[in-house]
Amino acid sequence: MMAAAEKVKVATMWLSGCSGCHMSFLDMDELLIDLAAKIQVVYSPIADVKVFPEKVDVTLIEGAVANDEQLELLKQARERTKVLISLGDCAVTGNVPALRNAWGNSARLALERAYIENADVNKQIPTDVPELLEKVRPLHEVVKVDYYIPGCPPSAGVITYVLTELLAGRVPNMEGKCKYG
Amino acid sequence: MSNSTVTLKIDGVEITVPEGTMILKAATDNGIRIPTLCALEGLSNSGGCRLCLVEIAGSPKLFAACITPVSSGMVVTTNSERLKEYRKMTVQLLLSERTHVCSVCVANDHCELQSLANELGVDHVMFERKWTDYKIDSTHDFLVIDRNRCILCTRCIRVCDEIEGAHTLDLKMRGKDTQVIMDLDNNWGVSCSCTSCRKCAKVCPVGAIYVEEEPLARTKHKEIAEFLLARRRR
Amino acid sequence: MEGTRLKLGDLQKIAEHEVDFERAFKHRINVCCSSGCVPFGAFDVLKAFQEAVKEFGVEKECKVARTGCVGTCAVGPAVVIEPGDYLYQNVTPDKVRQIVRDHIVLGLPVKDMLYQNEAFFKKQHRLVLRNAGKIDPTRIQDYIAAGGYAAIVKCLATMTPQGVIYEVLGSGLRGRGGAGFPTGQKWSLVARSHSSPKYIVANLDEGDPGVFANRTLAEADPHAILEGMLIAAYAVGAEKGYIYIRAEYPLAIETLQKAIAQARAMSLLGENVLETSFKFDVELRFGAGAFVAGEETAILASVEGRRAMPRPRPPYPANSGLWGKPTLIQNVETLANIPLIVLNGGAWFSKIGTGKCTGTKCFSLTGKVNNPGIIEVPMGITLHEVVFDVGGGVADNRKFKAVLVGGPSGGCLPETLLELPIDYDSLTRVGAIMGSGGIVVIDDKSCMVDTAKFFTDFCIDESCGKCTPCRAGLAKIKEIFEGITRGEGNLEDLATLEKASIYIRDASLCGLGQTAPNPVITTLRYFKDEYVRHIVDKVCPADRCFKNVKEVNKQ
Repeated sequence: MMAAAEKVKVATMWLSGCSGCHMSFLDMDELLIDLAAKIQVVYSPIADVKVFPEKVDVTLIEGAVANDEQLELLKQARERTKVLISLGDCAVTGNVPALRNAWGNSARLALERAYIENADVNKQIPTDVPELLEKVRPLHEVVKVDYYIPGCPPSAGVITYVLTELLAGRVPNMEGKCKYG
Repeated sequence: MSNSTVTLKIDGVEITVPEGTMILKAATDNGIRIPTLCALEGLSNSGGCRLCLVEIAGSPKLFAACITPVSSGMVVTTNSERLKEYRKMTVQLLLSERTHVCSVCVANDHCELQSLANELGVDHVMFERKWTDYKIDSTHDFLVIDRNRCILCTRCIRVCDEIEGAHTLDLKMRGKDTQVIMDLDNNWGVSCSCTSCRKCAKVCPVGAIYVEEEPLARTKHKEIAEFLLARRRR
Repeated sequence: MEGTRLKLGDLQKIAEHEVDFERAFKHRINVCCSSGCVPFGAFDVLKAFQEAVKEFGVEKECKVARTGCVGTCAVGPAVVIEPGDYLYQNVTPDKVRQIVRDHIVLGLPVKDMLYQNEAFFKKQHRLVLRNAGKIDPTRIQDYIAAGGYAAIVKCLATMTPQGVIYEVLGSGLRGRGGAGFPTGQKWSLVARSHSSPKYIVANLDEGDPGVFANRTLAEADPHAILEGMLIAAYAVGAEKGYIYIRAEYPLAIETLQKAIAQARAMSLLGENVLETSFKFDVELRFGAGAFVAGEETAILASVEGRRAMPRPRPPYPANSGLWGKPTLIQNVETLANIPLIVLNGGAWFSKIGTGKCTGTKCFSLTGKVNNPGIIEVPMGITLHEVVFDVGGGVADNRKFKAVLVGGPSGGCLPETLLELPIDYDSLTRVGAIMGSGGIVVIDDKSCMVDTAKFFTDFCIDESCGKCTPCRAGLAKIKEIFEGITRGEGNLEDLATLEKASIYIRDASLCGLGQTAPNPVITTLRYFKDEYVRHIVDKVCPADRCFKNVKEVNKQ
């Protein structure tokens, strides 16, 4: 087995998404064992690490950018990562979280819809949560993205393929491997 | 129609077809795939989607294969790097032009735009997406039109006019604001020319026109135009 | 004379009669009553002249005539007094008495009211606009006296249709609608087509903003268009013609309607033209306000009564046009050249202009230029001559920055290209087009990013929506421009802009989409530093962009 220091440092991040892409990642099942031999997960919603570390090799990000905290996290991840991958439709297109973009003044309307119209008790808009952005954006509209894995969620097979190719130093060919939805 | 044939080369393969055949048909019949969206066997050709663009040796211009007839000695390229690039661009533009969210679309898994994006490897859209908010018209008993998903291929308009003979559907406005309308821009439910034949839903390549509460796999039947034409010819 | 059916030999008599009649007058006062001068009171000026000559008792020696445009549209109403071609500018009814008294009665032209810019006319060569400002467009006799309809007489009396086509081929004339297809070749194609009936369509759907050369022609010399159509019909064997004209041109429509009625009454149009077996009639069709309706296949759809949307070619209209029949579509400017070619021969015409681009071209010269207006110059003239000699240089003593050639889908050319000769091929080589002949001079107060954005906006509004590149692509280009002019652009946007523009140019269905990215492509090519300054320094050299952003910051 390789020493931990030689392993590729991988981070995963969860922005505005449903966590389905992470589930799909875990769906790699026994392949994860092979993968674990080559990579070391240094930051992830499924690992208890508070701060995004420096010098990460690959970061997979699920979800769109919908509030200012996510914006900051994303920018930080970009700065500290060599290869950044948009994982899943929300990260690639905006997908469901971005549906509110069709409305003008969408941040306010979304909050009102959630916390006032649809609330049974305590109808009030919370003030101690990150501020929503006026538009929900896919990652590449905010930072430079190196690879894209669309899908809602992307199948475990496609995630495996892209990671395998990248670990082997090849550029993945996405023809026939980017089924949106 | 004359019985003479024409010999040409498509992607290096020598092909002989009857005179007057369109490049697209000549290629398809000989196992060469050219991506299409607006073209549909049995309907007149529009040449609007620009996916089937091909190169013809000797001309700097690009030609829509669906509507360019073959000629003798023609040398056609269907899959150069430039064409691949342009097709990807076209699909990106269609995806970004209106609200296309596959995950919540009725046509998910049965959509020609979705499968083209997959086939061509359009892994992201380089342009900012437009999130349109056209009102969905569900006033008809069972047919629904969601113009946010429309790619303006005009198959529905042509099938309604040319096969059903009703010409209920047509276009209004122009440019990016172009929309498919019923009669004189009425709600579908009060259309007096619509025969409720569903052909529009059968040929719609995306999820813009669909039958309420019917699985799209059952609705979609894009061979309907060719099928009916063949029956009528008999 | 009007209303009598003419025979071939009768025209000469009318012409002689008219010339004799004209000779009785010592002076001729031509009041321009084109769309450029009418809003400033040209008809009042005309009336004032008619009254003033009576008042001074010179009505017997002065003919006051309503005419078309002399081209100096910025200084209208314009009045020309012959002999001597004294051009009075900005004439108002209260100035008329002084002009008549001093100029006509005392023989002293009113110097400070004269248009002092001879350079404007010096390098022009007026073929198409030969009668503009000289004849009364509402009188067919005026046109006949100026040698009009002599060409169709010559055709009918002495030439075969093939002979006519031979002359047109020999003239080297190319279509003035923008694409520059050789006119003679087009005629041969239609003539060779065996199907019948055949149609002629004259394109007068001049949709470019700020371009009005065709309108000027129709308002000043409508019969030249009709005669060109007659000759074309004779040559290709057509019996029916349509003039497709913008509904936004009411005066031109009225003038043409009058001209058609007069020509019909004199049997120049109709069943037996000039008592021969040749028959041809013309109808007007009005455009419904779409730029794209000037595209030839879109015109066909519109004339047939359908939505003006282009279709791919082939089949070309020469084989399958109106109602599937062979159709010859020509711009009216092309047609107005035809009578001269027939009368003087193709060889004569081919000596004007350059070898590959013969004849002249009308331009609407606008923008920041001292002498704006309608000009007609020989092909091969340089941009420098047009802007600085004919145009009199940049207005307000500003510095020259660029010139947009070819209307909203033309190219923005920098100072280094000013020595470029104006012809189809040279313009195409540098990324511009002849288009419908719009030349806009841009000074250093204008921003090239803003200019490109402005013209892209126009094309977005006018895209018909049929093909993806033009419909969706242009809209995306606009979004990128908005980002840049809001201060949110990055340098990668430039690569995207270029990529998308070239794609739209190559992949669009019709000429609108294929040329719409030209302003973007040329400004990126020649003025890239301005884009970079917008993006990197957030500075607009002309201080036109970021306006909204600044206001927001102030708040």
